[in-house]
Amino acid sequence: MLAYEFMRTAFLAAFLAALVCGPVGWFLVLRGQSFASHALSHVGFAGAAAALLLGQPALLGLGLGAVGGGVAIGMAGDRLVGRDVTIGLVLSVAMGIGALCLHFLTHSASSATALLFGDILGIGPSMLVWLGALSVACLLGLAIVARPLLFASLQPEQAEARGVNLRLLDILFLVIVAVATAQCAQITGVLLVFTLMIAPAAASLRMGFAPLQGMGIATLLALLEGWLGLVLAWYTNCPTTFWIAILGGSVFTTATLFCRLRGR
Amino acid sequence: MSSAAVQVSGVTLLRQQRPVLDNISFTIPAGSFVGVLGGNGAGKTTLFRTLLGLEKPSAGQIWIEGQPTQKGRMSIGYMPQVRGMVAAQLSGWSMVAAAQQGWKWGLPFYNEKARTDIDAALAAVDAQDLASCPVGSLSGGERQRLMLAQALLDNPRILLLDEPLASLDPARMRETAERIYALAQARGMTVLMSTHDINPLMGLMDHVLYMAHGKAVLGRVEDVMTTQTLSALYGAPVEVVRAGNRLFVVAEGGGASLQSCMCVGHGA
Repeated sequence: MLAYEFMRTAFLAAFLAALVCGPVGWFLVLRGQSFASHALSHVGFAGAAAALLLGQPALLGLGLGAVGGGVAIGMAGDRLVGRDVTIGLVLSVAMGIGALCLHFLTHSASSATALLFGDILGIGPSMLVWLGALSVACLLGLAIVARPLLFASLQPEQAEARGVNLRLLDILFLVIVAVATAQCAQITGVLLVFTLMIAPAAASLRMGFAPLQGMGIATLLALLEGWLGLVLAWYTNCPTTFWIAILGGSVFTTATLFCRLRGR
Repeated sequence: MSSAAVQVSGVTLLRQQRPVLDNISFTIPAGSFVGVLGGNGAGKTTLFRTLLGLEKPSAGQIWIEGQPTQKGRMSIGYMPQVRGMVAAQLSGWSMVAAAQQGWKWGLPFYNEKARTDIDAALAAVDAQDLASCPVGSLSGGERQRLMLAQALLDNPRILLLDEPLASLDPARMRETAERIYALAQARGMTVLMSTHDINPLMGLMDHVLYMAHGKAVLGRVEDVMTTQTLSALYGAPVEVVRAGNRLFVVAEGGGASLQSCMCVGHGA
């Protein structure tokens, strides 16, 4: 399996995605913003489809769309709390715009499937470099905001009283989430970002690890999902994304059962 | 108790043109233990947020230890009201640790000194045994102890406690109030503690700050908790009733029904 360059590249891409999805997902679950990654990937999809239509790289459109969505959600702040109908409509409209762009995208039909469901086996060396750069950017950003972000997530009023700018922190974090989503979508597609970003993090939090340990465990679980998904896809001829999604569900279910058995 | 810990002068805070704080003035000497009383919507939380510099008054001035108030003042420890719990699986220690210099950029690493400070804060509220428990498994009172431990990090000189007795049974209320009082005495802290019920604080307070309709009056319990003073504050006749060593504020015509009383204390 590792004799093939595309497989080696795929393993490396999964590794880079796991590095980012673990800690970013951990904070998303902690803050109750799991839906944000889903939302940003949908908005990013519209951007990616538009970019393809304009002859630009999908990753560029995906990144710009997701970052724009992240800034908008962050600036809206509390005004979006309880506005599930509004958010749902924005997501639907974004998907609709994406579908329209893909309708006119006659020269690259396979790109549509890759955008929606990912194409980890199609990642080339140049894309790998981009994914690496995005990983570094995300991890650096998160390393800078992690401490106040943890404080603000657990105790926003106290954090605000201590001088933490909650709105700025929210925007910065959502920009990081947007970049991570753009990166992760290359592996899982926009529809299944949740599986790699949220499932391992939710399992890790469920098991009650301390923050830094929890982020580490989430990263390991995401890596396990990605690599095992590739191996299973190789031997079963089923899509990698299918296996990653199944493994994501299994990881969370196992963690939940484990915690119940331990009485937590 | 010579210098002023908190000075509020003619502060008005409007929200949608409605005065939440209405031209209030008071001075709290350093080292005082003050009960901040009033019903829902009286402006207690808004007053705390204004003292913290989180809300900007429309008029008036606030000084904290002689300096104009501002966000991020390390000399003030703040314990907000208990809300819905996030991260139910995180341990009590992790919960408290998040507040340890949590405003600084960087990773949440805790060196030896930070760990000692966190352990000391937990010990100060007798919560060492809660350190390893998932926060979600704790009772409301136990969570409040963790939040108090968070507020005590950085050794504040002024402590603002927003409803720390909420959702506790009467025995626990008194126990918690006595614990906070003992801490304040040992550390020489000024404490402003908001509550609906004056009785757990009886005998502990130096002053009571009574708030109603955005107005406030500060004084000794026996001076403030009178029918005349509170009727003037409410702008309507109320009666202060003593039952043993407990106090009740009853709206005139409210009868004995708790439902129709603006009840400061409840018999237990």
